Parts: sequence; structure tokens; C-alpha cells
Amino acid sequence: MWQWLVRLYHRLGSPKWFYEITGRWIPWLTVTASVGVVVGLVLGLLYAPADYQQGNSFRIIYIHVPAALVAQSAFIMMAVAGAVFLIWRMKMAAWVARSIAPIGASFCLIALLTGAIWGKPTWGTWWVWDARLTSMLLLLFLYFGVMALQRAIESDDASHKAGAILSLVGVINIPIIKYSVEWWNTLHQPATLTLTEKPSMHPDMLVPLLIMILTTYIFFALLVILRTRNEVLRHERKRSWVRELLES
Amino acid sequence: MSLVTATVKRDLLLAARNPGEWLNPLMFFLMVAALFPLAVDPDPKFLSKIAGGVIWVAALLATLLSLDALYKSDVEDGSLEQWLASGESLYVLALGKALVHWLSSGLPLTLMSPLLGLMMALPDEAFPALLLSLGVGTPVLSLLGAVGAALTAGVRSGGLLLSLLILPLYIPVLIFAASAVYHAGIGMSYNGQIGFLGAMLALSACLTPFASAAALKLNLSR
Amino acid sequence: MFQNLDVHVSNGKLLQLAGPNGAGKTTLLRLLAGLNRDYDGDLHWQGEDLHKVYADYARQRLYLGHLAAIKRALTPIENLRWLMSPWMTSETDTPVLEDDLWEALEQVNLAGYEETSCQQLSAGQQRRVGLARLAIVPTPLWILDEPFTALDVAGVRWLEEQIQRQVARNGAVVITSHHALQNIPTLERLELGVLAGLEE
Repeated sequence: MWQWLVRLYHRLGSPKWFYEITGRWIPWLTVTASVGVVVGLVLGLLYAPADYQQGNSFRIIYIHVPAALVAQSAFIMMAVAGAVFLIWRMKMAAWVARSIAPIGASFCLIALLTGAIWGKPTWGTWWVWDARLTSMLLLLFLYFGVMALQRAIESDDASHKAGAILSLVGVINIPIIKYSVEWWNTLHQPATLTLTEKPSMHPDMLVPLLIMILTTYIFFALLVILRTRNEVLRHERKRSWVRELLES
Repeated sequence: MSLVTATVKRDLLLAARNPGEWLNPLMFFLMVAALFPLAVDPDPKFLSKIAGGVIWVAALLATLLSLDALYKSDVEDGSLEQWLASGESLYVLALGKALVHWLSSGLPLTLMSPLLGLMMALPDEAFPALLLSLGVGTPVLSLLGAVGAALTAGVRSGGLLLSLLILPLYIPVLIFAASAVYHAGIGMSYNGQIGFLGAMLALSACLTPFASAAALKLNLSR
Repeated sequence: MFQNLDVHVSNGKLLQLAGPNGAGKTTLLRLLAGLNRDYDGDLHWQGEDLHKVYADYARQRLYLGHLAAIKRALTPIENLRWLMSPWMTSETDTPVLEDDLWEALEQVNLAGYEETSCQQLSAGQQRRVGLARLAIVPTPLWILDEPFTALDVAGVRWLEEQIQRQVARNGAVVITSHHALQNIPTLERLELGVLAGLEE
């Protein structure tokens, strides 16, 4: 068991192994994600009952909530990958972290846009300073910060390390920021209309939501894998296995 | 320990020799606050409501201005290299640097804040809260900002990048500090807010030097 | 950058790293100084892994880098005080004293300029402030990166004398320099940039 873990650790660090094994996963992930999106959206958009308060506009949650969840967990994953790189010098970890950043930021943007789309019929404005949206906006700034820092530093190694350090600082601050914004929000707005009333969600609404959440994570994994494979090719382009691959 | 104390002394000496470095952000602080009555409404009733927030935003921006230079010259002239060569702890150095930065930035801002309070029609009851929130909050700004300064020390025009990196991290401090001043102004208790700031100070004093030390090492391989 | 490199530096030896620009002289120098941890292999100081005894090693090694570490807004004596602060504590048996600093500045021909702002000194004079460290603490090992840069004839002669003295009292010097060092019988050159790193 222990030896299997050690072997796994070494394998994870090997770009070639990563490339090969993810190559086999891609078709499965693509199929699952596609099926999941279709099923989830059909159930959510067509079959779930309308919310008694919000009518049909609540249906945006089928995109908003998964996107928000992925955006938040992606940042944590990026920080963990960064930590693995800082501690164990595993280059694969650095490349994964670098790939996650723009993808996580995109999901964050989607969450913000869908939040705004939801806000228009509900509150009449495109933007409202509620706790969740504000936290999401700050998360987007943190993502941009990591991406900007990585691109500003020329040395590859230093840029990965700097990104990792900033992600770790960010990840520790995220709960602090979330708490602060929620607290700030209670000062200025009494009960707000929330997108999900957690305990009282009808199963017909919940099931499509869970499907969409799972599907979005799979989709996220697919995107990260594709992007990381590019990083692997780019960094290992001088190695023989890459040359053989490109020639075939 | 000796190199740390020597560095603190040296940096304070440098600040004394280059008064512009700490006077300019102070003037900036004053000017930014003055922009709001000019841009919006000089009516004291309006100003007194936003005074705490405006003063704090101005303090944030002034701090960001002065952070850029924190490590730049040390990286460029080889002082950082000598530091690493000495074998002394970069963690303690980072703390020392943050202290010096606060002494030349946060402390003057705090001391000058009553003047801005007057300009912004801050209610009388809020002045102690203003001083307290700045006194406890600006060290946090220095500590967090030092991490950003260390990360961007080797980047050209890193000052703007530094601001982008650090501002999201400053938001919690801003929220609680401005709230403390506002609540004091309407006669409510603000102990919780100050307590939060104190907690942030303790947390950042313990943890940020690790990040600063790691980030400083990145600037050495040139 | 290098492969199969085997370097020994012992008492009384002067090791000069030579080679064309970009061959890695400064990289190797900084590695030996303990500033660079990016290597595969072993680095030992007096039998122990260098990075495990780094604090000890740092006390016994003087590193003069490419950059002078001089603040132009300060005076030579103030700069020297900062540079020498690790050796000026009461923790060591023979702490460096303020008088030693003044004497050192005199030796590098900066007498009378000790309290002039470095801004007003020439590049050579500013470098000599950093070099004054060589005249103060007798550390067993010196690691010098292009120390002859920006020195005039008198400065060059002074520095050569210092190096000779260091070797004579059984200290060691590792240096990168284009300058041709003379009169040192224990001088060894390590040529970098040649195919397959060589033993001296």
C-alpha cells in the first residue's frame, strides 16, 4: 500500500505519465459532461416547477450556483497545487496551478454575469451589492491578481513560485473576506432574496441542480486537463517523447 | 538579530534623509480626502456620514503608494543579497521592514487623521474610533502590503501590480475599520470592529512574514 | 549549467573561476556562497552539509557580490556599520568595533570622506566602501565576485595585497575576475564553459 502511494507520487510528478493517462480520460470526460449538461438543463429549465416567489427567473441557478462553487473550489485547488509545488518542487503541480487560474476566473465571471442576469428581473438593476456577488467580485480580483503576477515575472520558476505564494495568501484570506463581506452586508441590507433557500428546496428543483453541479465539476476537470496538457507539451517540447508524439 | 536592528536603524535613517518618501504619501492622503467634498457635496451632514469611509480609502491608497519602494532598492543595490548571505532570518527581516514601513507611513497617517476628520465633518464621538482603527489597522496594511512588495520587487512598474494584488486583501480591514468609525459617530459601540482589527493584526504579524520571506528569495536568483 | 563538477577549496588556496561571459562563473560563485540552492549534489563546509550549518558558515565567510550593497543617501561609515553589523554584536568573541570601521576606511583611501554622503563619491569610491570589509574581519573564507571592477591603479594594488595577505594567513579566496592575479603561488584556475567540467 505504502509502495503504491510512493509510486503514485512519482507518477504524478511525471509529465509523460500525466499526458498519457489524461489522454485516455478525455473522451470519457467529454461524453459525461455533455450528457450531464443536456440532462441537467432539460430537467432544470423545462421540468422543474417555477419558484413561487421568483417565478421562472430562478432557473438561472442551474448555471450560477455550479459556476460559483467551481470558482471557489478552483481557487483552493490552485492554492493546494501551488503548495505542492513549493514544498515538493513538483513541476506538474506548478503547471496545473497555472492552468487552473484562467479557468477558475472564467467560472467566476460566469457566476457574476449570471448573478447580474438574475438581479435584473428580481431587483430591477444589473448589479447589486449583495454578499454573495460582492464576495464573487473580490474572488475575481484575487484571480486576476494571481494571473497578472505570473505574467509579470519573466523567470518561469520564479513566476510559478510567486503565483503559489500569492494563491496561498489569497486562500487564507478568502474566508476572512467572505465573513467580512457578509457582516458588512447585514449592516446595510436586511433580509435579502436569496437564490437558494437551502432547506426548503423542492426535490424537483434540487435534482437538476445537483446534476449540473457534478457536470460542471467534470467540465472544469476536462478544461484543466486540456490546458495542462498544453503546458506539458510546451515545457517538455525538447524531450524525445514529445518529439515522437508530434511526428506521429 | 543584529542585522535586523541594523536594518531598521538604517531604513529609518534613510527615511529621515529622504523626507519626500514619507511626506508625499501624507500629502496624497490629504488631497484624496479633499477630492470628495469637491466632487460630490460639501454639506457637513452628507460628509459626516461618509467621513470614516473616505478617510480610510484615502489611507489605503496612500499606503499603497509608499509600499512600492519597500524592497525595490534593496533588491537593486544588493542589500537583499547581503541579507541572505548573512544567514539571518528573512522572517525577522520581513517583520522589521514592515515595522519601519508602518513607522514612516501608517503612524504619520494615523497622527494626521484628526485633521482630515475636521475637513470631513467627522462627528466628535468618532475621533477616538478613527485614531484607534487607524492605529490598529495600518500595521495590518503594512504587513500585508509587504508581501505584495516582496512579490513585485523585481517587476518593472510593479507599483500598479502591487495595488491590484493587495487591494482585495485589504477589504476586510477597510470594512471593519470604516464601520467602527461610522458606528462611533452615531453613538453605537464599536468594540467588535476594533477587536476584529486586532485579530487581523495578530494573524498577519504571525503569518505574513513567512510569505514575505519566501517571496524575497525569488528576487535573488538573477 | 554544470555537470560533474568537483571543487575543493582548502586553507591557503586561491581559486579563480574563469571562462567566457555566461559560462556560469557567478552562478557557481553564488552556489558556493550558499545563496543558490538550486543544485543536485553535495556542498560541504568543514565536513558538514553547508546548508545545515549555514549560520556558522555565514559568519566565517565574507561574500562580496557583484552589487555593492551601498545606499547612496548614507555616508561610508553608516554603510559600513550596516554591512558589518553581523560581526559587531557581543555574541562573537571578538566583536568588530567602531574604530575598526574608521581604520578600514582609512586603508581604502577614504580618510576624510567617511562622513560624506556616498552620493557625492565616485563609483570607485563607493565600491571601496564595500571593499573596506576585507580589512576588518579575518574570516577564513572570502568569496569575491569581480572585486576589481571600477578600481583605479592604487585600488587594484591594495586589493591584490589584501588577497595575498588572506592567503598568507591560511585563509581561502574564491574569486571571479578578468584581472590577472600575480604573485600567488597557490593560485588555481577553474575554467568554466569548457566541455565537461573539470577538476583543477
